[in-house]
Amino acid sequence: MERPSVEHSHVHHMDPAVEYSSSKFGMWLFLGTEILLFGGLFAAYAIFRAKYPEMFFEQHKELNREMGAVNTCILIFSSLTMAMGVTAIKRGKQKLTAILLLVTIICGLGFGVVKYFEYGAKFAHHIYPDTSIFFSLYFMMTGLHMLHVFIGLVILAVMLVLTLKGKFTSKYNTPIEVGGLYWHLVDLIWIYLFPLLYLIG
Amino acid sequence: MANHSIAHNVYVPYLEKKGILSWLLSTDHKRIGIMYLVSISFFFLVAGVIALLMRLELLTPAADFVQPHTYNVLFTLHGSLMVFFFVVPGLAASFGNFLIPLMIGAPDVAFPKLNLGSYWIYLLGTLIVLLALMKPADTGWTYYTPYSATTDTDVVLITLGVFVLGFSSILTGLNFIVTIHKMRAPGMTWHRLPLFIWASYATAVLQLLATPVVGITLLLLIAERTLGVGFFDPAKGGDPILFQNFFWFYSHPAVYIMIIPAMGVISEIIPVFARKPIFGYKAIAYSSLGIAFISFLVWAHHMFTSGISSLAATIFSFLTFLVAIPTAIKVFNWTATLYKGSIHLHSSMLYALGFIFLFTIGGLTGLFLGALAADIHLHDTYFVVAHMHYVMIGGTVMGFFGALHFWYPKWFGKMFNEMVAKIAWFLVFVGFNVTFFPQFFLGVQGMPRRYATYPAEFESLMSLSTYGSWILGLGVLIMTVNLIAGLFNGEKAPQNPYNSLSLEWQVPSPPPHENFDEIPHVTDWTYGYGKKKEPEA
Repeated sequence: MERPSVEHSHVHHMDPAVEYSSSKFGMWLFLGTEILLFGGLFAAYAIFRAKYPEMFFEQHKELNREMGAVNTCILIFSSLTMAMGVTAIKRGKQKLTAILLLVTIICGLGFGVVKYFEYGAKFAHHIYPDTSIFFSLYFMMTGLHMLHVFIGLVILAVMLVLTLKGKFTSKYNTPIEVGGLYWHLVDLIWIYLFPLLYLIG
Repeated sequence: MANHSIAHNVYVPYLEKKGILSWLLSTDHKRIGIMYLVSISFFFLVAGVIALLMRLELLTPAADFVQPHTYNVLFTLHGSLMVFFFVVPGLAASFGNFLIPLMIGAPDVAFPKLNLGSYWIYLLGTLIVLLALMKPADTGWTYYTPYSATTDTDVVLITLGVFVLGFSSILTGLNFIVTIHKMRAPGMTWHRLPLFIWASYATAVLQLLATPVVGITLLLLIAERTLGVGFFDPAKGGDPILFQNFFWFYSHPAVYIMIIPAMGVISEIIPVFARKPIFGYKAIAYSSLGIAFISFLVWAHHMFTSGISSLAATIFSFLTFLVAIPTAIKVFNWTATLYKGSIHLHSSMLYALGFIFLFTIGGLTGLFLGALAADIHLHDTYFVVAHMHYVMIGGTVMGFFGALHFWYPKWFGKMFNEMVAKIAWFLVFVGFNVTFFPQFFLGVQGMPRRYATYPAEFESLMSLSTYGSWILGLGVLIMTVNLIAGLFNGEKAPQNPYNSLSLEWQVPSPPPHENFDEIPHVTDWTYGYGKKKEPEA
């Protein structure tokens, strides 16, 4: 009989080390797809900026740099607290982790509030997504980013609840680390959006 | 000791549990594979019936069966359902889910819950598209702007549905990549992997890299219709060609998402029924990755007549020809495997041979379309219709049917009627050629695609094509009935009916819940038919 030689061992499920590396690998792949999703918008930005340099120069002045800068600081700070939270849970400090997650969530909410006022001011000036290509890009890019902030907030909230329930320890904390990666991506994308839309004239 | 089947202390087949919820909530990759199989088969049959209706309209030159608007809706639905609901998720999600863990010696995929989530997302996408049927789109499956931005049909819902399906596709691809990287059984090195796994891997990479781009493209189209964003609208300073660039940047690689898994299936079937080691294992494996890579460089060959610069068109024409190289490598290696083999014409082998024959025609006619000068003449004619159906049906669907017949005993633990299966294959093969071969001539003579009416001079070829579609439809009907009847009346399938060497055949049919009682240690490659050793690395 022709059959491949098969020997036996006793491994039934994924062991924790494989699960940890799989989860991280999976998240990195997913973050890659997120960057490609925004990549379409960045490509559109590059094309239209080359096509209408005056429009981009004139209309970017309408954006509120101060609010954008505040939001940049908020998000970078929240990435810091997120990273500290990951370190904390790896050392088994559940309470500290919960506090740091809470701070991160508050930062995310704060970002949303600032954005709310920013959008409100635009609408008050009768600036909408169909006003011009520039503002189409502005609303699409920041809007899609805002959507990611919301998703990130939901993930962080779930992590917070699970942390308070004591699900995570120094041995098992993959979800927090993976959720943290996602939050860093949200921050990273904003770091590109801010100069492209608000600063470059 | 080394070569007997894996023993099981308590053998519980995965089909044991009953009830709809035991399916919808199952994280077992085999059950999820079956749910995908049922769903995609449903859409395949619906889209097939729509195709028969379209051919019926085209039996005579006048629009006497349906009006042109209805015809536009029909071809849009046919294309959208076939592409996004059947061939893209098709083989990858159904057979990939079922086979990948079994073939690499893993108990499940890396993220079983995410896998179930992908299926739910697929269901959600299908529900959204069902809603879109209230005022179905008439844009064609490519949703080209500016028409798609201005038509009063429901473009938003159908594109939203496709966007959601894209998520499902991304998550499935992600799951497969991680599974293949992290969950291979001890001894299952990269160069021992079955070729279906290599094909699934290349497909998953494409799913991950290409799908987000069509996602954002469709989102922008939706924004265009709902928010008045003007990226694709020349009146607002936008550019409709940008839509085509974005769309094909995804959708061309997606063509290979559709075909590469089928190539993987063929690479599994041929050595088993030729009883020979696959010829050029590594060449076939790496050519999948080669196709995946090149597929990103060729998208603009869909746009030769859209007003891109002639330099760009020339470059893309050249790059397009490059895809023929890895594709031909596969075809030559399959043929070389058959050479002096002891060939057994099982129904799945017939589909595999049909694949090689039809896909070769599809591939070679692709060169006509890739050539800049010829494409100017043939663009948007029936030549394109014939070409893409030779690749999609002659390739993907033949591969799908082959896979269905090949792994059927393993999936369901039953056998179908082999004689009926062969008759069905014959009808499918003949019907397909009678339907689509005349369309090459129609295209060369200048008959454009997507019209409900046509000049009387095309009537003989057009009605021939319609008669062919009836034979094809009859063949698919017989095949479907035969496979479903096998579930109820079929004999019990043995564990390894074809005496195959790959891992999935070394477990009972149908497989138990956790696949393997004990994770196997692999000590040899999969294709050592008639040989003891794997070739030198």
